[in-house]
Amino acid sequence: MMRKVMVTLAIIGFAFALLPLAFRAGVQAEPGALATEYLETAPRELGAANVVTAIVVSYRGFDTLGEVAVLFVATAGVGAMLTRKRLGPAAVGRRKPATEVLRTATGLLTGLIVMFGAYIFMHGHLTPGGGFQGGVVIATAVLLNVLAAPESHLAHGVMTAVEALSGAAYVAIGLLGAFLAWGFLDPRVMPTGSIGSLVSAGTIPLIYSAIGLKVGAELSGIIEALKGDRP
Amino acid sequence: MSVMAFIAGINPVAASGAVLVLVGLWGVLSRPNLFKIAVAFSVMETGVNLVILSVGYIRGRTAPILDSAADARSASARMTDPVPQALVLTAIVIGLAVTALMLSYAVRLRTGGGDSSIESYGEEKW
Amino acid sequence: MAIDIAIIVAGAFMVASGIGAIASKSLVVSILLSGGVSLAASVVFLLMGAPDVAMTEAAIGSGLTTVVFLYALARSRQADDEDSNERLEAPASRSGGSK
Repeated sequence: MMRKVMVTLAIIGFAFALLPLAFRAGVQAEPGALATEYLETAPRELGAANVVTAIVVSYRGFDTLGEVAVLFVATAGVGAMLTRKRLGPAAVGRRKPATEVLRTATGLLTGLIVMFGAYIFMHGHLTPGGGFQGGVVIATAVLLNVLAAPESHLAHGVMTAVEALSGAAYVAIGLLGAFLAWGFLDPRVMPTGSIGSLVSAGTIPLIYSAIGLKVGAELSGIIEALKGDRP
Repeated sequence: MSVMAFIAGINPVAASGAVLVLVGLWGVLSRPNLFKIAVAFSVMETGVNLVILSVGYIRGRTAPILDSAADARSASARMTDPVPQALVLTAIVIGLAVTALMLSYAVRLRTGGGDSSIESYGEEKW
Repeated sequence: MAIDIAIIVAGAFMVASGIGAIASKSLVVSILLSGGVSLAASVVFLLMGAPDVAMTEAAIGSGLTTVVFLYALARSRQADDEDSNERLEAPASRSGGSK
């Protein structure tokens, strides 16, 4: 009873804190000065058609580097938490084999899904999408394979190698920007090209591809760890 | 007509996000099951993302992506604010990793012989 | 204005499935409803002109998060089954338990 009163009081307090935000702030008429600056200079300076990508990869690239690091730490935490040594041998169960339909569809679709993921992160500077979305699509292909063959395991060495190499490539391209252009993660190491073509926007497509591979490997690692039965 | 005026006066994205935050908070505070708490956190996280993104909502403007048809100067006057979008984009991915970490703690407690209810850990004070 | 009304409808759907997710007795139902919250949120993101965020939310929020929750729940159920088997077999210590 006491707890219910406390919960109600906490919710009412939060409601009062959030009320002006929801009902009084209203909708802006114009973007702020910073946003207008980004909208006008990002296509001209960097040659990126998608301004959100330009902000994520270049203007706030350092943020994204930190975010990828947080993702790595969380994945490592999930993996460390759910090893068989910690859970004991009892955690190994027998799994039902997948149906014929699922196995055939997996064989047909895996290549297409991976190709779609690569398409999304390579075109991140032109269309909606980018490394994070493409990485998730690749992780979906891995999930499909895990569902089709529950007893199999991911090649752990390959996953670790992809993750480490793409992370190193990300930092290396960023450092190239510091030495050859105007700062860390500056994409103008390569010519920016014309807006709308695949090879444009300097190193933005390369950086986003590295992010896509890293995110895909990490999310696949999370799925594999939560599935269990890891040797 | 007054309904229309009310809708025009509020920010609909912020309103739904704020209510969703309250729903998630209710779940976090009132449910004992650890998995239910994780579900409530993910609902709350969606609400927080909506509230952040509501700052960049501008009526009648399109996505901040240039198409080849329009020239850059006139196109930038038709686009919404891209900065909150870039922030929320990374927050969503982090949210998945944090949810997975939360769930692996819950699984670990459960397989270690513990209980899924948070009430059983009441005496473990620090 | 039409977009505002559509956002409010999607928001009402989100709040309803959020309340359902918290109030439901079954964990599977609440996991699926929280996936529904994310799906409606991605519609809102698309309506307000944020297709990048909408893609991320649709793929992660309503796709992978649901899968991660269901795997974790399955792991926890598995532990439950082993627990109850041990409890059945250990105190009785009869040989040849059925399972």
